[in-house]
Amino acid sequence: MAIDMRQFHQTFFEESLEGLTVMEAELLHLERAACASGQDTVYADSEILNTIFRSAHSIKGGSSTFGFGDVAAFAHVLESRLDALRDRRSQPSQRVVGLLLLSVDCLRSLIVAAKTGKEADRNAIEAVRVQLEKLESENTALPVTGKTPTQVEALTTTHWHILFRPNPRMFHTGNDPLRILRELAGLGKLKTTADVSGLPSWEQLNPEECYLSWNVELVGSTAREAVADVFSWVLDDCCLEIAPKTMLAPTLSQRTVAEAVAFMDTNAGTLRVNVPKIDGLINTVGELVITQTMLSQIATNFSFDNLSRLFAGIAQLERNTRELQESVMRIRMLPLSFAFNRLPRLVHDMSQKLGKKVELIVHGEQTEIDKTVIDRLIDPLLHLVRNCLGHGIEPPAERIAAGKPETGIIELKAYQKGGNVAIEIRDDGRGMQHERIFAKAVERGLISAEAKLSPEEISEMIFLPGFSTAETVTDVSGRGVGMDIVRNNIRSLGGSVEIASQPGRGTCFIVRLPLTLAILDGLSVQVGIHTYILPLVSIVESVRIRPEQVSRPAGGAELYGLRKEYLPLLRLYELFRIEPRSADLTQGLLVIVEADGKKAGLYVDDLLGQQQVVIKSLATHYRKVEGISAATILGDGSVAMILDVTGLIRLAHSGAGHSVSNGSDAPPATVAASAAAPTIN
Amino acid sequence: MATILTVDDTASMRQMISFTLHSVGHEVIQASDGKEALKVLEGKKVDLVIADINMPNMDGITLLKSLRALADYKFTPILMLTTESQDAKRQQGKVAGATGWIVKPFNPEQLLTVVKKVLG
Repeated sequence: MAIDMRQFHQTFFEESLEGLTVMEAELLHLERAACASGQDTVYADSEILNTIFRSAHSIKGGSSTFGFGDVAAFAHVLESRLDALRDRRSQPSQRVVGLLLLSVDCLRSLIVAAKTGKEADRNAIEAVRVQLEKLESENTALPVTGKTPTQVEALTTTHWHILFRPNPRMFHTGNDPLRILRELAGLGKLKTTADVSGLPSWEQLNPEECYLSWNVELVGSTAREAVADVFSWVLDDCCLEIAPKTMLAPTLSQRTVAEAVAFMDTNAGTLRVNVPKIDGLINTVGELVITQTMLSQIATNFSFDNLSRLFAGIAQLERNTRELQESVMRIRMLPLSFAFNRLPRLVHDMSQKLGKKVELIVHGEQTEIDKTVIDRLIDPLLHLVRNCLGHGIEPPAERIAAGKPETGIIELKAYQKGGNVAIEIRDDGRGMQHERIFAKAVERGLISAEAKLSPEEISEMIFLPGFSTAETVTDVSGRGVGMDIVRNNIRSLGGSVEIASQPGRGTCFIVRLPLTLAILDGLSVQVGIHTYILPLVSIVESVRIRPEQVSRPAGGAELYGLRKEYLPLLRLYELFRIEPRSADLTQGLLVIVEADGKKAGLYVDDLLGQQQVVIKSLATHYRKVEGISAATILGDGSVAMILDVTGLIRLAHSGAGHSVSNGSDAPPATVAASAAAPTIN
Repeated sequence: MATILTVDDTASMRQMISFTLHSVGHEVIQASDGKEALKVLEGKKVDLVIADINMPNMDGITLLKSLRALADYKFTPILMLTTESQDAKRQQGKVAGATGWIVKPFNPEQLLTVVKKVLG
């Protein structure tokens, strides 16, 4: 019978890689415990060791079953090492934990190699394996038993004499002498004599116990191993003698070797979805079907009396569609832990390399976000954490001198806020050194030495291309590529990065990301003959303009006074150089928008309504345009631009001369020139 | 044919076992650890249990002991999945009342042979 084992491979790969992630996390846990206690040996919690062991053990079992010999061989060495740890035959030192972490890497690369059909780095893996084995031999306080396969007596004879006397309690292990005899019968011709001398009297007989024993003559060409095999489960539960009647030439016992299975690449990305999500989807579809039935009933006997029912039905359809959409979106949502899982290892490796002591604290890793966002978030996130480690956290001596605990803290916090997910990456390091950043920016020719910048503006400089203050270029930070790319990557996801820093107290990066990339809740607004979409999340309110509240400071742009707050007023028709319905502010509306903690008022002709729009990238279909983040197609087939509120606010604030002008921001006119072109109709 | 419960925390192993047993007509129930196995077996009788030893929540040995304590499972064949390096575990299993064991790695044919052996 042939069962194609390849069908189980995908599951094996997935669960093995997951198992490795678990192992890694637990090993890092051990490591942290060791750092905290300040001792070299780690007093490992037995539950942690069990978890680590279980993962290695499962991978070993699976890989050998599914024919990945090299994975199994490596896992075996790792497993026996872990087994020794678990049995308290040795305490893990930090060195051992480090080696175990390396082993996790090796296993991962072996599994990935098996999965993709590519070759793993044999030499590196072999080196780690040798080290692991060396560790094992260092620790031979107790002899390792059962390691050498028991010598098989390769005796074959045609006639065996077997004496089989089960213990009375044999039935209690679910074994049955009858089954054993039946199996023996499969090996050859059987002559059995039952010995009933052990039977007690009826009164004393316990039906749950076994009182009989057997003398068996087995005739047939059978190896001793095969005969013994029949009894292998009950060896401790019986008296057994197996003796040959005549001896014949020994033959070699043969073991079938697992055939190497050709690898089939199933490269299709899979997504694991929780059952409740699927259930939610099914419920929604059920309701959709009901609505559809209702609507078709109305349509078959339609009269104008039914008009209100029709509208009710359409409203219900709308609700169902929205729910369905949300459920489908939810399927694509993954917890952020998928991205955060990579960080403990990074922090571990890097802090060792840099000789710093760092503790990583993670909150809110269960916050969910679109899978695409997660995939593209990992790199910027790694970079930000690397930045905290490289630039933020001080070496232990410097921390002690500053009166801080020796161990630095990097804290990650994720939470959902409206249609956005915010991730805070905070360290308690030295904070931004504004003088150095300023000096570096002057040195790089990014700004002039006379420029007067606020601390916030100086902090922003690190996002400029080609900026780096690290004294030595290391492989962890200081290559000057990075923060600008981080910002660009996050912006391309529709998000933003902010910095808050206190000298000597630490730095906090706040990354904000949209929950999903495909669909946006928007408010459509009218400017002239064009329709624009404003993301609903960034709208605070809409007000009718009172002319007396509009002011224009000398030489500056227009401001609007709203409840003791002065907001820059941006006339969209001016920005995009289009003909407004009316340039008289009282004829239109002011939409107050907010992004990155700043507000602005956008003057529009009218509000058209709230709707969900499907985001189409402008950069792929046309080119990137400042002030506009994307485009969409409206219900009537026309194209509408989705406004980039963050960009507009930045523009408004620089134009309004709100902060000290440094002349580095593009004046609105240049934006208008480039934005005027893509008014697609 | 028989009803068989397979208990293992790795999905690939469960899939392989149940697929193999299914292919010869057995009914297969799955559980991912000892706790789940006990829950699945509530008020239900299976002809054979195949259980892994290393599992979270409740390991195979504890499951064995718990099953043997039930009147329904006093004599039911229970097989453990072990590896060659687990002699001590095998002994513990025997003491706890295991019928026998299947040594990993095994292929579907070996599994069927063993199952045939206990189901007669």
